[in-house]
Amino acid sequence: MYGGGYIHDDQKKKPEMQAEDPVLLAEFEARIARGEKIEPRDWMPADYRRQLIRMIEQHAHSEIIGALPEGTWITRAPGFRRKLALMAKVQDEVGHAQLLYSAAETLGKSREDMINDLINGKSKYSNVFNYPAKTWADVAVIGFLIDAAAIVNQVANSKGSYGPYCRALERICYEESFHLKQGHSVFVYLATGTPTQRAMVQDALNRWWQPIMHFFGPSDKMSQHTETLMRWKVKMASNDDMRQQFLTMYVPKIWELGLTLPDPNLKKNPETNQWEFTEPDWNEFYEVIKGNGPCNAERLAVRRASEERGAWVRAALKRADQHYVTPLA
Amino acid sequence: MNIQSLDPRVTRLGIDSEEKNPDQTLQREEHWETFQVFHQKKRGEKHSSVGVVHAPNAEMALLFAKEQYARRGETVNLWIVNTRDVLAMDYDDYDVFSTTPEKMYRDPAGYKVNEKIAAYKKAQLDV
Repeated sequence: MYGGGYIHDDQKKKPEMQAEDPVLLAEFEARIARGEKIEPRDWMPADYRRQLIRMIEQHAHSEIIGALPEGTWITRAPGFRRKLALMAKVQDEVGHAQLLYSAAETLGKSREDMINDLINGKSKYSNVFNYPAKTWADVAVIGFLIDAAAIVNQVANSKGSYGPYCRALERICYEESFHLKQGHSVFVYLATGTPTQRAMVQDALNRWWQPIMHFFGPSDKMSQHTETLMRWKVKMASNDDMRQQFLTMYVPKIWELGLTLPDPNLKKNPETNQWEFTEPDWNEFYEVIKGNGPCNAERLAVRRASEERGAWVRAALKRADQHYVTPLA
Repeated sequence: MNIQSLDPRVTRLGIDSEEKNPDQTLQREEHWETFQVFHQKKRGEKHSSVGVVHAPNAEMALLFAKEQYARRGETVNLWIVNTRDVLAMDYDDYDVFSTTPEKMYRDPAGYKVNEKIAAYKKAQLDV
């Protein structure tokens, strides 16, 4: 799961678009227009490389940080079957991070540099993981709805232009289908259970709805920059389109269980065929990105502690004669 | 026990969320080198390239490959190869293959004789 549509790009620190060799650029764009993939050692515009590194890296960080709120519930999962499923899912998420780090590495940024940037707060991850998973029903909502939202984004991205990212996403989407199913199963069991269980899942829905509406990012105006990224098949769908697709697919699955969503304005307009909703609080969204969410500090502290406490193992295993080679594909 | 967080790690390991440790940075190669992984699904099928693992040596790479690429579904065998030992072509050199699809003399479809046979048979009847 876990890659959100929103990719944070600090506009103040963004370098100017570089002038590229027009002949190479034309060949590059023609290749993408023909539906061919770009492979690691091909020529590519500097901005294509920069955007892809940011996108794949943030996706990888989201997988690895996303494992933390759910991981806290492994010890408290209700029953052996649920515990096995949650362990398998959390292991998958960490595995997905590794696939994605490898894909980003092919663009020239080392895994160590990416993890340093995560731990030091320089590079971002999906905002939803800066909220706490307070009850077992939160695990249901994350596993069902956040995985579902991530799949909408990832299926779109798997048709992008960069070969290694597409290959990683293909494997990831295949594994995600189990995550979504098990999340839906936990969700349905609670929603059709005792009044206490129903109240628990309704409470979790109420708390998670805003982060879920934040998940695809703010409405994206078609800037020239977005247009270029879409032509290069880096960005495959607008934030608004992905959010609409998500609402169409999953709101009915919530409503059919008699549960409600905490937005009285949420409805599908039969004339435009578009969902209407109250805009979530975007100030809160930007505050959480800046590091002021309820769990930002804790998530990074846990990640930092894992690196620190694993350092002696890595050092003990390192061979004197080894040296790093960028992965081929 | 003072519960600081919903995450049991934070309380049990005494992780301090406020602590900032700017000196802690990973050095290049601290996550070791990379190995390419090849996966065989069934006996009789070929091994296919499935991805990469970071590992300190080949034995550990095989262990990580099992965790990363053989968690579900069928597997009978895995190979790992140090990325350093793979000699790969440059994509820019693909033009050396550009005339290969034209070599119809290497292809069964390049040999069509039915028209000749039909013409011959027809000629025989006309005689």
